[in-house]
Amino acid sequence: MDLLGLGLEASVLTGACHLRRCRVDAEDLVTVALGVREEHGRLVALWGSDERDRENCFHLHLAFEDAQGLLVLDLPLAEEMPSYPDLSEIFPAATRMQRAAYDLFGFWAIGPDQRFWVRHAAWPDTEFPLRRDFDGSRQWPAEPEEYPFVRVAGEGVHEIPVGPVHAGIIEPGHFRFQVVGEKVLRLEQRLGYVHKGIEKRFEELPAHSAHRLAGRISGDTTVAWAWAWAMAYEQAAEIQPPVRALWLRGVLLELERVANHLGDLGYLGNDGGFAFGLAQFSRLKEVVLRANQAAFGHRLLMDRIIPGGVSTDLTPAARATLREFLPGLAAELGELRTIFDDHAGLQDRFMSTGRVTPELAASLGLSGLAGRASGQARDLRVDYPATPYDRVEVRRCGGVAGDVAARVALRFDEIFESLRLLHRFLGELPEGEWRTEAPPPPAGAHGFGWVEAWRGPVFLALEAGPDGGLRRVHAHDPSWENWPVLEHAVMGNIVPDFPLINKSFNLSYSGQDL
Amino acid sequence: MTWIGALSQLIQLAVAVLLAPLLLGWVNQCRAWLQNKRAPSLAQPYRMIRKLFLKEPVIAHNASPIFRLTPYIVFGAMALAAAIVPSLATDLPFATAADAIALVGIFALARIFIALAAMDIGTAFGSLGARREMLIGFLAEPALLMVFFTASLISQSTSLVTIVETLAHREFVIYPSLAFAGIAFTMVSLAENARVPVDNPATHLELTMIHEAMILEYSGRHLALIEWASSLKLFNYSCLGLALFFPWGIVEGAHDVVGLLWAIPVLVGKLALGGFLLALIETMSAKLRIFRAPEFLGTAFLLGVLGMLVHQLLGA
Repeated sequence: MDLLGLGLEASVLTGACHLRRCRVDAEDLVTVALGVREEHGRLVALWGSDERDRENCFHLHLAFEDAQGLLVLDLPLAEEMPSYPDLSEIFPAATRMQRAAYDLFGFWAIGPDQRFWVRHAAWPDTEFPLRRDFDGSRQWPAEPEEYPFVRVAGEGVHEIPVGPVHAGIIEPGHFRFQVVGEKVLRLEQRLGYVHKGIEKRFEELPAHSAHRLAGRISGDTTVAWAWAWAMAYEQAAEIQPPVRALWLRGVLLELERVANHLGDLGYLGNDGGFAFGLAQFSRLKEVVLRANQAAFGHRLLMDRIIPGGVSTDLTPAARATLREFLPGLAAELGELRTIFDDHAGLQDRFMSTGRVTPELAASLGLSGLAGRASGQARDLRVDYPATPYDRVEVRRCGGVAGDVAARVALRFDEIFESLRLLHRFLGELPEGEWRTEAPPPPAGAHGFGWVEAWRGPVFLALEAGPDGGLRRVHAHDPSWENWPVLEHAVMGNIVPDFPLINKSFNLSYSGQDL
Repeated sequence: MTWIGALSQLIQLAVAVLLAPLLLGWVNQCRAWLQNKRAPSLAQPYRMIRKLFLKEPVIAHNASPIFRLTPYIVFGAMALAAAIVPSLATDLPFATAADAIALVGIFALARIFIALAAMDIGTAFGSLGARREMLIGFLAEPALLMVFFTASLISQSTSLVTIVETLAHREFVIYPSLAFAGIAFTMVSLAENARVPVDNPATHLELTMIHEAMILEYSGRHLALIEWASSLKLFNYSCLGLALFFPWGIVEGAHDVVGLLWAIPVLVGKLALGGFLLALIETMSAKLRIFRAPEFLGTAFLLGVLGMLVHQLLGA
């Protein structure tokens, strides 16, 4: 098919993750990016691969979402001084991905921000860990590093550095506030403290057992990552999992969404100083986690989704128990929602705090839950429904206010919708096999996974290697594009409201640091 | 000064210093119950203080003597205040030395030092907390003074002993002026003791803290003293509220020891009820945005003024 009338020939990959794929040169890349922007599309992911052993060059890969769905571009880069045109002017979300691509591959985007992103001086700046000739077992002494934060000058302006070690038990990240009095003029994040080398590690694993690692990219999103992995694997290996397995995956994904939203709602209440909310929502979340344990044998549902199906079937008894417990959960949630909505003090904290307008959200490419609260009505379950979502008419939830209150309300709406979906899935669960053989994909086969996790869409690309191994795996968490929006959401708010705004996004550190 | 007076003073001070952590434990217990949680033991604050005393304090290299001295000054100020507030008896040798206005001064002294110590190390959080604490303090103090003035006008004296003795003898009718003052006092107490809705004593979010941000750098025995002083402050404010608005049960004049021993269970009962009410207020409210605190304390001040006007104009 012809792409944007440029005469570019795109190949089509079919399967659960339908996409078009095309090789471009640097000039066409910019043209296509501008075209996608024109259609109100967005940048989904940006990653690299080392093809020096095959084609004497590197490849830069970009995934876009345009009006027709997913579009993946491959841009060959020169072996010496691999560089490409900066896309941050077209898609601001590209900035950090481009910086990470430099840290990991040495690909140089010809643009303004040339600072490191995931490299914390743990390896020399002449080494690029994701190149194929890099030895992952080598160790270097940690070096001191200078990171030039952007500073605001002026009378009464001062800096508050927070983290990476925090007083609570959360992941590490550094936040540099430029404030005057209590008002935040600027926030700058520094992430990458939990860079674990997950993508490099994939290359050492046999394909048939790597789903365990995929399920640990970001622990709170384990089901979605495992599904994205399975989707990519099955596409590459050309396997069709049994229908029952797909429906069970839907059950697992919605249970994960419900549990995470419940936890977030509790913490949002707590950060507003309303400890009653935390106690109640923590209790409800615990009820869901125990139901998970009883039905599927794991509280967080880790390693339940595997290539070829699911690892545990749902017994008729467990299915009946799950179905019975949903209405009670919905009733309790309704009561708690009334309490939240009627609490003047809490609503005062939520309303107009951390506002991201729909225009800002659109220009920065805000995705997932936070995006839907700011008028970005994207939901993979609605837009590109894969089985079982194509059988149940998922209702699109969303809002336009874009403040903490909108993100709280959206979480309530989404839990109710998930409970409705769970009711349908469990009621109409097809009988039959729940697992099929999943031989490793042939060397050079590509597969992609794209799943609407509770936080937003997770994207995974894999290429199989020889002897049942993996040549390259890239995982993209929606936190990549949403972290920078948080910097904007905080601007003009007061310092003590930051934790509340941050929690209302609740982004992953591990998922973006990898 | 009689020997009973000296004894009353000693017993009152000992009761305050020893029971203050218990009051905090009780409030925490009530909070947990109201949130449907299993409650920590009543003795938990004592255990924490003991643990902290056994730990070695870590002090920043650039700490000045102010930082080291502050825990002792703050604890001393709170103990002195405990000696002045008539919680068990009115025949107190110390109480004649300082009146209600001096008491506000003693609280202010502790506040100044803890804010200075917070800024002393030069961390961002310390200065942040100190700045917010001074904002709260500068709004809370006038409101507290207004409450005292209302009570003073009724009893024609700023001496706490005289105020308590006068108020304890009035007929059991509701004074509108005192009702206004009582609400104002409750609001000021919440702010001064770093409770919800002004501050959140249970938070771990550095950026939202007021009191906790100031003491982040303290450890070991210094932190133990500060925590103990905080519980003593809550105890003092509670006793002050009881003395002004519910003075029944406090031993007046030079009484016998039996009366003094009776006053202790009465005080414990009143504090238990007060502590429960505090937990109830905390559970039902969310924390205010920090810039709502001026409105909150402005309301307290206004109520204090209203109380005084009602008394002056209507004589009620």
